[in-house]
Amino acid sequence: MTTQPDAVAVTRPIPTRPPRWGWRVVAAKEFSDGILSVRLFILILVLGLPAVLAIYSTAAFVGNNAQTLNGVPGLFVAMFAHQDPNSQIPSFVEMIALLGPLLGIAFGFDAVNGERSDRTLPRLIAQPIHRDAVIIGKFASGLALMGLVLGAVTLLASGIAFWSLGVTVGPDEVARLLAWFVVALAYLGFWLAFAMLCSVVVRRAATSALAAIALWIVFTLFAALLVGIVANFLSPVPANATTDQQVANAELTAELQRISPGTLYAEASQYLLDPTVQSVDVGQLVAQQSNNRAIPSVLPLDQSLLLAWPQVVALIALSVGCFGLAYVAFMRQEVRA
Amino acid sequence: MARKRARVGRAASAAEAGQEIAIQTHRLTKAYGELIAVDNLNLTIRAGEIFGLLGPNGAGKTTTILMLLGLSEPTSGRAEVVGFDPTREPLEVKRRVGYLPDDVGFYGGLSGRQNLRYTAALNGLDRSASDVRIGDLLEQVGLDKAADRPVEEYSRGMRQRLGLADALVKDPSIVILDEPTASIDPAGVTDVLAIIEALARDRGVTVLLSSHLLHQVHQICDRVAIFNRGRILAQGKMADLAESLAGDQLELEVGIDGPVETVEAALRAVPGVVKVTRDPHDAHLWRVSGPQSIRNHIATDLAARGMGIRQLRRVGDELDEIYLRYFQRDEGDRDHAA
Repeated sequence: MTTQPDAVAVTRPIPTRPPRWGWRVVAAKEFSDGILSVRLFILILVLGLPAVLAIYSTAAFVGNNAQTLNGVPGLFVAMFAHQDPNSQIPSFVEMIALLGPLLGIAFGFDAVNGERSDRTLPRLIAQPIHRDAVIIGKFASGLALMGLVLGAVTLLASGIAFWSLGVTVGPDEVARLLAWFVVALAYLGFWLAFAMLCSVVVRRAATSALAAIALWIVFTLFAALLVGIVANFLSPVPANATTDQQVANAELTAELQRISPGTLYAEASQYLLDPTVQSVDVGQLVAQQSNNRAIPSVLPLDQSLLLAWPQVVALIALSVGCFGLAYVAFMRQEVRA
Repeated sequence: MARKRARVGRAASAAEAGQEIAIQTHRLTKAYGELIAVDNLNLTIRAGEIFGLLGPNGAGKTTTILMLLGLSEPTSGRAEVVGFDPTREPLEVKRRVGYLPDDVGFYGGLSGRQNLRYTAALNGLDRSASDVRIGDLLEQVGLDKAADRPVEEYSRGMRQRLGLADALVKDPSIVILDEPTASIDPAGVTDVLAIIEALARDRGVTVLLSSHLLHQVHQICDRVAIFNRGRILAQGKMADLAESLAGDQLELEVGIDGPVETVEAALRAVPGVVKVTRDPHDAHLWRVSGPQSIRNHIATDLAARGMGIRQLRRVGDELDEIYLRYFQRDEGDRDHAA
């Protein structure tokens, strides 16, 4: 079609086929933007300092009680899941549950509306890539950047645990930590997907960040309160309540809490990081204790994974569902407002 | 002068090339609810020409462009761009068509060169080959010195020129430029227009440009379509449009010294004159309308009465007047219909 007359000073580019994987080009660009950003640096600090504090506090407790805790199975990974019972400082896992959403929000809140306000979106989608390449690429790079931050923080915490205790770490424990890492990333992925959904639906980046932060605060601060009220309404506990009534109430509360991705993440983490945890289910715990059937035993990793499986699947489903909403919303939007 | 001659040469060769069609639309329509943004648009743009889509803001120019690129789906009708239907095969179209959006934006933190590299990568171009091309393009648009500075430091004119280079990275056979001269300073406008003209002349690229500023772009357009409320009011070469609009009627601006009453009587006495009005700001300036013949009659009759004509100008020769009168006529038609 193109007629290329005369001597043209400009060399023609090699006519390679356009990338079948346009999202990779988008992801590569977003990743290289993110890796050098101030945003990444701030997030490493915001997440890293509390996480280090948490692991340091637990390590100090373990160190002070070295004799009683000597020989506890999987002590190294258990340090990530448990806090010093005499301290207000939450465990490493809890710190990630509290602050992790910030990571997802920071990498997602301006993903699409940022391109709109920079007026780069029309130019971007006028290139020979499928439209979904933009949102898939941005999600992939966000996930990679969060993995980087989380990985760095986890490695730092592991280093502190090693250094302060000198414990030996078996392959089983490394595998447990890796499995936890995947679950934690799925949890952060939910927040990334939610923030991206906000960035598609809400035109202004500041408003979109606010919306995402609002949900984060609702989940961390008010969820327990709301769930308690709802559970007491549906399954009341009178003053002279029987054990069954109390258990029913507690079970309902636990179920309702599982709507929150934070709860799913926390429960899965307990299974994965503490090989002695056999159930986080209230009913079963009560039953085991009353029957004296709580045999203290150490589960192999595959058994722990099996226990954590429902939570892991639910968490991934929530993340994928949220990304799906963002995807559909983006694909249906007109180029112009 | 040399520029003029080169243009003529190009037009001739494009005509000889057998009227290859670059863009064609057939009853292309886009409705947003009740609002019809583009209304049964039929447009044919031949390969190698510079075609201007002219009309006020909100006329439907950008909507048309988005449909041609497959970025917006037509409500009805169809388009064909370089032989592909943009709705069905958007990637094939986007591979061959460079696009400069209205009010183009770049990633401010990246340099001009990095921005173009991203575009090249999105087009699947080989890195080393496209780097050479990007260097040459940046030089062509006069940004070689600023190429490695972050775009947030660029002026509007520089961004616009970077946008032109960006549209060319993929070596397109068509470039679509949405308001390429809007909101840049006059010197910038001249630069941008010269680059666009060179594109079509030296590389045989078909150019479709939209603008609401007729006087800025008419000189480089081979053909224009005057566009309002989603419909084409007129289409063709600029000179032909002026001709067809004027028709048989003529409006003259006549400057005559002398007592107002005498002059008015003299003007009214000229055979064929339909209407005589006095300019509100200048007592010696008159507007006279009637058929083509009045031009000669006024000159001879007034001279015979011993009145000196200071000035005789045909109203409506000015481009913007032509433009405005098309829109006025459009309004009139609408009112009449309503």
